[in-house]
Amino acid sequence: MKKRDVLFGLLTAMLLAVLFSPFASPWPDGLEKVAEDKGFLEKGEATPPITSPIPDYTWPGVDNDGLATAVAGAFGTLAVFVFALGSAWMLKRE
Amino acid sequence: MHIPDGFLAAPTWTSTWLFSIAGISVCLKKVTMVLEDRIIPLMGVMAAFIFAAQMLNFPVAGGTSGHLLGGALAAVLLGPYAGAVVIAIVLIVQCLVFQDGGLTALGANIFNISFIGAGGGYIIYRCIARIKNDRRGVIIGAAVAAWLSVVIASFACAVELALSGTSPFRIVVPAMLGVHILIGIGEAVITTGVVSFVLKVRPDLIYCPKKEECQ
Repeated sequence: MKKRDVLFGLLTAMLLAVLFSPFASPWPDGLEKVAEDKGFLEKGEATPPITSPIPDYTWPGVDNDGLATAVAGAFGTLAVFVFALGSAWMLKRE
Repeated sequence: MHIPDGFLAAPTWTSTWLFSIAGISVCLKKVTMVLEDRIIPLMGVMAAFIFAAQMLNFPVAGGTSGHLLGGALAAVLLGPYAGAVVIAIVLIVQCLVFQDGGLTALGANIFNISFIGAGGGYIIYRCIARIKNDRRGVIIGAAVAAWLSVVIASFACAVELALSGTSPFRIVVPAMLGVHILIGIGEAVITTGVVSFVLKVRPDLIYCPKKEECQ
């Protein structure tokens, strides 16, 4: 994979996360909907064992909802890219 | 399909955690053995793409949305082991950073979305791509693997919920299957689109288990 291909792939992912994520469907996903319909959604509403820094893909402190999602998306996309690339490098070195 | 904390009983989440740790260790060993230089950046790009695509919920029937899980897509490009590792990395970041999927449920989510998605998806994909050893075989295999892996993952998720006493088997299984038969169509459309594009511009990036089996 050439540098150009990596940049193209990463840029595509970043654009998806930044430009399209604010317009994603707000409806509950399959599991959430089933939980709602079958009456066990509240089981998942207890306080989680850890606190996440960016819950629900909303960057804290940004008033505009769409922007908060876009920033969280950009950060997350870069974070998993670095994490996956770093893990692969470490495995290679072993 | 990310299970939050609270949906799974302790025996279910501890056993899926243990199973997933064992499974990921096997995958990491396998990846290390066959890791080529070209696959390293592709792992990063696939993780980034699948994370971004998972944010893009598309509406399906009845006030419900779905999003790409990406297991089959990762497996078609990276093979089953690196594919499963990439999906697990996405799930770990989603859980720890974005509170998408519970920490207790992380093992079950890795089992459903990474192992069934990438591992199971790869088996389905190769069965079809081997019968029809050309571009069309790759595309059809990817489409069927995408759809079926989502449906099987939703079944596994429903079984975990039933075993946990969260919802009775006869209620949660048909409900989960019913909605994911539809969400799986979206998974197949996106997976097929990306695989077709890669086949057109960089066909060498499609994972090839043995050189003589690929074109």
